[in-house]
Amino acid sequence: MGGRAHRVSLGDAWSRRVHPDLESERRGRALDVERLTHLLDGGARNTALRREVESLFQDDPAFSLINNYFMTPNERYEAAIRKRVLLHRMAQRLGWPKDGLQHHYAFRAISGDVTFNVHDIATKAIRSLGSEEQIAKWAPLSETYRIIVTFAQTELGHGTYLQGLETEATYDAATQEFVIHSPTMTATKWWPGDLGRSATHALVMAQLVCSGARQGIHGFMVPIRSLRDHSLLPGIAAGNIGPNMDLENADNGFLRLDHVRVPRENMLNRFAQVLPDGTYIRFGIAQNNYLSMVVARVDILVNGVLPALQKACVIATRYSVIRRQSRLRPSDPETKILDYQTQQQKLFLPLAMSYAFHFQLASLREFFQNSYVNILNKDISLLPELHALTTGTKAMMSDFCTHGAELCRRACGGHGYSKLSALPSLVTQLMASCTYEGENTVLYLQLARFLVKNYQRAQQVAGPTLQKSLPQSVAYLATPHLTKCPAQRTADFLSPELYTMAWAHMATRLIEDSVRHLQTLRQSGADQHEAWDQTGIILLQAAKAHCYYLTVKSFKEALEKLDNEPAIQPALKRLCDLFALHGILTDSGNFLYDGFLSGPQVDMVRTAYLDLLLLIRKDAILLTDAFDFTDQCLNSALGCYDGNVYERLFHWAQMSPNNKSQNPAYEKYIGPLIQSRGSKL
Amino acid sequence: MNPDLRRERAAATFDPELITYLLDCGPEKTRRRREIENMILNDPDFQHEDYNFLTRSERYEVAVKKSAIMVKKMREFGIADPDEIMWFKNFVHRGRPEPLDLHLGMFLPTLLHQATAEQQERFFMPAWNLEITGTYAQTEMGHGTHLRGLETTATYDPKTQEFIMNSPTVTSIKWWPGGLGKTSNHAVVLAQLITQGKCYGLHAFIVPIREMGTHRPFPGITVGDIGPKFGYEEMDNGYLKMDNYRIPRENMLMKYAQVKPDGTYVKPVSNKLTYGTMVFVRSYLVGEAARSLSKACTIAIRYSAVRRQSEIKPGEPEPQVLDFQTQQYKLFPILATAYAFQFVGSYMKETYYRINESIGQGDLSELPELHALTAGLKAFTTWTANTGIEECRLACGGHGYSHCSGIPNIYVTFTPACTFEGENTVMMLQTARFLMKSYDQVRSGKLVCGLVSYLNDLPSQRIQPQQVAVWPTKMDINSPDSLTEIYKLRAARLIDVAAKNLQTEVSHRKSREEAWNLTSVDLVRASEAHCHYVVVKLFADKLLKIQEKSIQIVLRNLFFLYSLYGISQKAGDFLQGNIVTESQITQANQRVLELLTVIRPNAVALVDAFDFKDETLGSVLGRYDGNVYENLFEWAKKSPLNKTEVHESYYKHLKPLQSKL
Repeated sequence: MGGRAHRVSLGDAWSRRVHPDLESERRGRALDVERLTHLLDGGARNTALRREVESLFQDDPAFSLINNYFMTPNERYEAAIRKRVLLHRMAQRLGWPKDGLQHHYAFRAISGDVTFNVHDIATKAIRSLGSEEQIAKWAPLSETYRIIVTFAQTELGHGTYLQGLETEATYDAATQEFVIHSPTMTATKWWPGDLGRSATHALVMAQLVCSGARQGIHGFMVPIRSLRDHSLLPGIAAGNIGPNMDLENADNGFLRLDHVRVPRENMLNRFAQVLPDGTYIRFGIAQNNYLSMVVARVDILVNGVLPALQKACVIATRYSVIRRQSRLRPSDPETKILDYQTQQQKLFLPLAMSYAFHFQLASLREFFQNSYVNILNKDISLLPELHALTTGTKAMMSDFCTHGAELCRRACGGHGYSKLSALPSLVTQLMASCTYEGENTVLYLQLARFLVKNYQRAQQVAGPTLQKSLPQSVAYLATPHLTKCPAQRTADFLSPELYTMAWAHMATRLIEDSVRHLQTLRQSGADQHEAWDQTGIILLQAAKAHCYYLTVKSFKEALEKLDNEPAIQPALKRLCDLFALHGILTDSGNFLYDGFLSGPQVDMVRTAYLDLLLLIRKDAILLTDAFDFTDQCLNSALGCYDGNVYERLFHWAQMSPNNKSQNPAYEKYIGPLIQSRGSKL
Repeated sequence: MNPDLRRERAAATFDPELITYLLDCGPEKTRRRREIENMILNDPDFQHEDYNFLTRSERYEVAVKKSAIMVKKMREFGIADPDEIMWFKNFVHRGRPEPLDLHLGMFLPTLLHQATAEQQERFFMPAWNLEITGTYAQTEMGHGTHLRGLETTATYDPKTQEFIMNSPTVTSIKWWPGGLGKTSNHAVVLAQLITQGKCYGLHAFIVPIREMGTHRPFPGITVGDIGPKFGYEEMDNGYLKMDNYRIPRENMLMKYAQVKPDGTYVKPVSNKLTYGTMVFVRSYLVGEAARSLSKACTIAIRYSAVRRQSEIKPGEPEPQVLDFQTQQYKLFPILATAYAFQFVGSYMKETYYRINESIGQGDLSELPELHALTAGLKAFTTWTANTGIEECRLACGGHGYSHCSGIPNIYVTFTPACTFEGENTVMMLQTARFLMKSYDQVRSGKLVCGLVSYLNDLPSQRIQPQQVAVWPTKMDINSPDSLTEIYKLRAARLIDVAAKNLQTEVSHRKSREEAWNLTSVDLVRASEAHCHYVVVKLFADKLLKIQEKSIQIVLRNLFFLYSLYGISQKAGDFLQGNIVTESQITQANQRVLELLTVIRPNAVALVDAFDFKDETLGSVLGRYDGNVYENLFEWAKKSPLNKTEVHESYYKHLKPLQSKL
């Protein structure tokens, strides 16, 4: 039971006794939670290391998150800086290796509630866009916080469409400097994190102008605040962009540059260079400069998006076995709400997603690690696929996880509306992920372009050699498919082979439809761009189906590796089944439309799906326990390991400063109001 | 004005003013609404600060202040009509909740309806004069929608002729009531009445909680604020715990049920009457769904006409994002939904008043159906609006996430509507219960009436047990009647499926409740289909009543978009039931795309017609004049974090960090 002691970390009066309703959920099940935790961590050793790191924060009030609920944005920002500093000292003291997993685990233990997360992204960007020489100059400075760097890409009037950025970097050969400038109001950099009050430098993404021509977007290191007194440097206007839904630790800011000069060496030049005389040289393709975004996307999915959904599942599921409402049999006590079919339908989809995306991310990271080094060495053959994979995964995961967490929040009824449940802030963190690092619709359409291109390639050259030449994630486009689903009984739909094939079929068909639609429009006289816009909705559907297929496929492949794990495989397979079948039911129109599924087959899918709910119900608590979050990092009055929901909710509410002070509004307004008897009212 | 918005408005094919009259139910109402709005706008007492830059405690304080003035002024100006009260309140508080909401909306009406003459005398006038400010304490920490589960007790003690109020467990602590945390000095408390050793179920009691003059809680009362929430920051939602707290017998609201001095319980005549309030609140929420969705839609559509991005054709200037098909596909179905819900909202309101009159005359016959219908429609519209508002926010890209867009506030203010006044899934199941009852009635040979009368066709050969029958597939995509019929068939089919599955489960298990539970996903689906049909039908009915040609055309297009988009989204239901064919789905999809293009030129005018003032929207992105970017920059500069150029945390944390290393 190493897990249990580890998870219970609040050390308050209630954590000593686990609520019997939760205790009974954990007793006598076949599922081996500890084993599952090891699987999720990538091995028992990692689990041990993680717990060791997490326990460092256990009793440290400096890292307690409860007070977050009662702080102003300003206080939260300050606390987040303070924690970053403490964390940095801790890492030094314990001698954590620079790329060690310790950092990742520490981040998780404190729920990422620190500043300088964009500083970390910018530091990685320097490593992916800078030359060796530049890395040697800047990386040590930023890695030790002697400078704080923000990544300044998005502008007031321009976001995901990078070519539209207006900030200019014009090369002046006379002084061998770049003049960085915001020519319009809409060119103001807007949103970058750590910019509002913290950053000393900005990695500014700007249109390079040299030898009289525009050369596209490049990165420039621009000092913005004095290293002596932190005041803004001449030509710089910067500040905070005002309150957002969440991300109070993020310090989102704006930045205007008025003809700010930086030396020629400040352009990051791994993939392109400007010679002293202004000659422009490019190594590789323009898209190389987007490499930093690929890195950032993988990062936020691993550290931000997926854990947020998993936490929401833990909280909502635990609460649902404590909360009771109405009775199923008149003689019984009130029923746990998790025993209601409608509650299961709400919660088990996010749970299945939590696992599906875990495996999806694992395979994405594997691909990333294999291709990234090659790309840095200017072998770009895998860049388009890496781009397509991260684009699609980012869009789908942020989309689904936001929706899933919001489902969890609403499934907790009124208490899900209280911030003390932690669910509102998980939801609002996720909401941000749908638009930052690329707006999802635009990303899906970028993926669609990749799909259409490869589909057309598959059409041009048929044959077995082709399959190899297609990128692996779209190899299915060249595989022949059944046009009708062979399932005859409900149980047939519980075959991963079968439903993976169904999704491959759906994705292929929708890509086919898009291509046909594009061609029809072209033939009727529309130009290429108009035709593309007018096919947007089908393209979007095609990209989404492709992503769904990839997720189901990676889940299926992960299960195949667990054939010798009878203590965890069956429970995971049910989640895989649920995820795949849920998608088919939601999209049943598309599956019926081309006759792939018949009406009776859709009924079988529905039956299989509803039966799964009951089976998953048994393991639900253990499946969420396995994520092994500490109570401290969940920071939820509803979701603690011990299930003492109501006591904690009452206690936490009383901590609210509103309950400590006298009510100032009484003296000023309520008192006079009440005592104005006899007045005109 | 932003030139793009000017061009949009000039190109509209109709006068938005005419639709505004339609939505307000007549030009006279529009005039009066605007008069009230301007009165508040020009009143120096109602000067508005941007809430986004205030702390929670400051927001509460500002809200209390405004509420106090509001009550006074409403009476000065003689505002008593329910619509006018709503306009006034919404405009003063900019659509946000306020600490006296429960006093005005629940406490006073409860006294009015449930207090005896003697109690009215004692409580109503002081409450009217705000000497007493009250709240309505029903929900408990462990118990919400399922009322019978409430644990608070009121035990009668005949010796002293008092009720002893108790919160026996942690879960029984009253939790959530608005205005309870800090504002109120009285509460109507719902508690299990126990007298002569017997429990008689829930009854309402007037409980003094804070002392007049000092506002301190009485001994035996623990009361406070429940802490920070997703939204509702202006509201002091509170908790209340009572420990053997005694109140006089006369504080039980006794217009209907009574406890005599010796403890004898006297039963109320009819309990159906309590339905009335619930029905009213739920129909009000349908209207709220429409208003909130309309606001979000106004912001997103105006901003999409101003925002330019990317290129459709290389070399040409960046197009308005509203020109992208994918953006239209996100926003126009929501626009159509907002209109549909506006019409459903006013239908509900009219129906409530009509039925209320018959109730007044003792006729309760229509109440069950209305009750069932409002439950489902409340769930259907609030769920849809909740999703729609979030879609609108996402359609604004990154800026939608900033409070400057105003949509985060609309979302967090609206989303509790999915759980309060009856959790939505429970509401859907209530409607399902009525549908199943009607279904059984038809099966046993009786006819049903009202909006479920289509079930009368079920026993005829049109529905076969195996659903192999060929349905009359004559979908005419240009006929509102035909589309309404299609939705009706879908509802009938899903009700039939749910009923049969329920029967199967009943035949397998013993308990009816268990069978019900194992069919509940199907039952919710059936309810949703029924509600969807009702919305389509009411929208179609509304079209028939519109005389003015120019607006009839645009609203017809919205109707077609609403109904065809729904068919396209739920294609599986329609195909599986053989209600439509594959080629009809293709046709519907194609028509949806055409409609996007047809609606495009009128999109801005259609949101202008909702006639929200900038003050109501509270959005930089949705400004009427479209001057978004300049004002966004101005707005950010107001952030308290920008007060000093170098933030204090620099000296505390950053400087030491940088120098030490």
